[in-house]
Amino acid sequence: MASVGIGGSDGTVAVRGNRRPVARYGLRFVALGYLLVLLAAPVAMVFYRAFQHGLGPIWSALTTGEARSAIEVTLIVAISAVVLNTIFGVGTALLLVRRRFPGRHLLDVLVDIPQAVSPIVVGLALILVYGKFGFFGSWIERNGIKIIFSLPGMVLATAFVSLPLVVRSVAPVLAELGDEQEQAARTLGASSWQTFRRITLPSIRDALAYGIVLSLARSLGEYGAVTVVSGHVIGKTLTLTLFIDERLQNFDEPAAYSAAVLLAIIAMGSLLISRRFRARSRSVV
Amino acid sequence: MSLPPNSALDDVSGPGVLARSASPISDSAVPSWWAQRSGKNSRGGTSLGLGLVTLYLSFLVLIPLGAVVWKSQSNGWSAFWRQVTTPEAWDALKLTLTISVGVALFNLVMGTVIAWVLVRDDFPGKAVVELFIDLPFALPTIVAGVVLLSLYGPRSPAHVNIAFTRTAITVALLFVTLPFVVRTVQPVLIELDRDMEAAAASLGASPFLIARRIILPNLVPAMLTGTGLAFARAIGEFGSVSLLSGNLPFRTEVSAVNIYNQIQSDNPVGAAAQSTVLLVVAFVVLFALDRLKRWGVHRG
Amino acid sequence: MRPLNRVFGVLAATGLLLAAGCSSSKSTNTAATAPASTVASSAASAVAGGNVTLNLVAYSTPQPAYAKLIAAFQKTPAGKNVKFTQSYGASGDQAAAVIAGQAADVVEFSLLTDMTKLVNKKLVATDWDANPEHGFVTDSVVSLVVRKGNPKGIKDWSDLIKPGVKVLTPNPFSSGSARWNIMAAYGAQIKAGDSEAQATDYLKSLFKNVIVQDASGSKALADFVGGAGDVLLSYENEAIYAQAKGQAVEYVIPSDTLLIENPVAVTTTTKHPVQAKAFVDFLYSQAGQQIFADIGYRPTVAGVTSTVNKFPLPTGLFNIGSLGGWPAVTTKFFDPTNGVITAIEKSNGVATTK
Repeated sequence: MASVGIGGSDGTVAVRGNRRPVARYGLRFVALGYLLVLLAAPVAMVFYRAFQHGLGPIWSALTTGEARSAIEVTLIVAISAVVLNTIFGVGTALLLVRRRFPGRHLLDVLVDIPQAVSPIVVGLALILVYGKFGFFGSWIERNGIKIIFSLPGMVLATAFVSLPLVVRSVAPVLAELGDEQEQAARTLGASSWQTFRRITLPSIRDALAYGIVLSLARSLGEYGAVTVVSGHVIGKTLTLTLFIDERLQNFDEPAAYSAAVLLAIIAMGSLLISRRFRARSRSVV
Repeated sequence: MSLPPNSALDDVSGPGVLARSASPISDSAVPSWWAQRSGKNSRGGTSLGLGLVTLYLSFLVLIPLGAVVWKSQSNGWSAFWRQVTTPEAWDALKLTLTISVGVALFNLVMGTVIAWVLVRDDFPGKAVVELFIDLPFALPTIVAGVVLLSLYGPRSPAHVNIAFTRTAITVALLFVTLPFVVRTVQPVLIELDRDMEAAAASLGASPFLIARRIILPNLVPAMLTGTGLAFARAIGEFGSVSLLSGNLPFRTEVSAVNIYNQIQSDNPVGAAAQSTVLLVVAFVVLFALDRLKRWGVHRG
Repeated sequence: MRPLNRVFGVLAATGLLLAAGCSSSKSTNTAATAPASTVASSAASAVAGGNVTLNLVAYSTPQPAYAKLIAAFQKTPAGKNVKFTQSYGASGDQAAAVIAGQAADVVEFSLLTDMTKLVNKKLVATDWDANPEHGFVTDSVVSLVVRKGNPKGIKDWSDLIKPGVKVLTPNPFSSGSARWNIMAAYGAQIKAGDSEAQATDYLKSLFKNVIVQDASGSKALADFVGGAGDVLLSYENEAIYAQAKGQAVEYVIPSDTLLIENPVAVTTTTKHPVQAKAFVDFLYSQAGQQIFADIGYRPTVAGVTSTVNKFPLPTGLFNIGSLGGWPAVTTKFFDPTNGVITAIEKSNGVATTK
């Protein structure tokens, strides 16, 4: 099966279209115009509004106690979710690609489920299981554990929505690479752990990094699922996205826009970084 | 993110790869006792790994989603139906599905056009465009809402104010689903064998005929995959829509917002019922896509 | 070739999760590792020697009031070393969250029915309203918030149904504030002599002019200030707050309007009943009520006036009792299937299909 080529500009110049410049320019105009109106202009507008009065207001907006807690909470929640999903992701990818077992195709489909679930439904689902009156609610209460309306619940919600990302980044590369090297290592006497650490992991390193960056970006930006399970406790369970919401309600547009721009910059940065990793992972094959 | 939404198994469903990743016992020249040992280890290891993965999936995804379905019918199926068909909920559902289908179809066309331009055309700044197509994927939904509101809301400097209308829902959904079709079609376009096109062209076929008869059929599976994913994403969108649409019951309230309201109004059964409907719709779409991909692979 | 690291990894991750959950239940601070600071001081752990943390869960609008109230309370002997966590949101949302298990020691809601929900679930004692103020810590009135200079010349309820006037009010199915607004509009028509049918028709016309229904009163105000609409139905104190924040708005109090009463209570699940009650007592004290008054709420305790805000008494002020009380009103108007408002919203939606 053909591997996906290096995404992004591959420098091909359309040869075919030279004979019909109208069509070519027409398509280009439509595409770029659409992107301008829908994507570029609004994003530029937000940046303009945020940076209108220089960096000063943004800095002070983002260094208030509340903003700093929001950043801390966001990082804790996102990183925890990414760690969980990375472990799960690598394991599942290995299983799906290197193993055969009944239900393999089912597992493959199940991994994709989070993509189809509305974030609000994610929140509801978690409350119904881990909330006070949920399935495990009484057991959770009795042991004094707090999940919903506390950080663990938010980690679960975030892990849910970013579940497939590492699997889907690593699996194709694993498949393309084949396992001859791993087999060879085993015949030479390496243990599973050694094989994994010395052979498998380095070979998927770029794909894994790509998946982790994707996961992180997704986790940092989750809103809908987290707003349901958060409890909105100021300084404790507000992520940056919830912070934006809260600031908008308190007429603090500068703070809301500052946080929005911060998240937008993080999103763009992660796009850039992940592209590099993806390109490198493809070029390895 | 430019994540190929193809199944991980796509690449391994061909006979060659499967044989490669099958148990090494038959192929290797190692002593049988060694092979057996690693074989047993593999099987045991597989079971353990599978068990852990299943556990994680269950506690994080399957049980919670099961709880939603279970809760939705906890007062009986007639109550379920009643909750789904309350005037407000039913209207929200109709609105959500209608606009999502429209958005998905629009993306079908627009996404293909954009993918085409990105692959077959060249212009200054293409690399930048290429990169930021994925922005809606990476951007938090509420930031998407803020972004659209700033330019197309009440304080729009261009005096374009679509806030609190159905148009706003459409625009928000178009924004968040932008990358889907583009990113599924693009890889296929890149891999496309140009020989057939060249041959057809040399035989005198017009570019349109070539596009229609040679290129498009190859793109259709990818286009449909992307469209389905865009649809599934659209029906569940909350953050950007709730900021932009005004959430007017019976006018601009989508299902996700209504579900949220039901949760907060202490009506978990109603929320769960509507959620179940959305889940079923999305799963049917995903399932159909999976079938389509398999069919497409065997055909191609 | 089963990587053992995954076994360890999953176990470690599970451990991490449980540890985060356990440690967050041990200390009343929910952040597992981060020393997030709140309005109160960032002193040591909440469990050590006499330090108490109260969880305040309230509806959206009193957030700025509580910032001051908490600080003032902490200066009193009863409030020394008491720390607070605060959560604000739409009244109905917050009630639902507390019912679903959100930690709360003191709760304040926008309307009585949200408190009643908690009483029904035994989260608040049945005698919560046994004080002279009947459990209501602040009052306000429904007012019409307009742009500075009142360009559309809105003075009374009748101006709201004029064609071309864009009205904002929150979604009555999630926001307590919205219900006050709607019943004020309805009640004003009744008071002016309309029959029930005519008053309902008024509401129909009113809703035709409503362009956005946010989830909460605060969100609606934020939208209005952000440029949406011509007039916002809101609490008087919201308008005062917006003005204090330099927003270019004014407000008009119609002569016939509804008295808003906001209930506060200590929960039955509180681990610190003494301090929680002390805080609530502080809210009713002269000092507390003064803070409320200066921010824009009408005090419920006699003898408290504000130098900052004037609270004119509307000549036609009525309360929800005259309309039948919240339980009856909720059933009649806000039932999701048969309510009067449901029918109105639906008929407007169908009629204005774009």
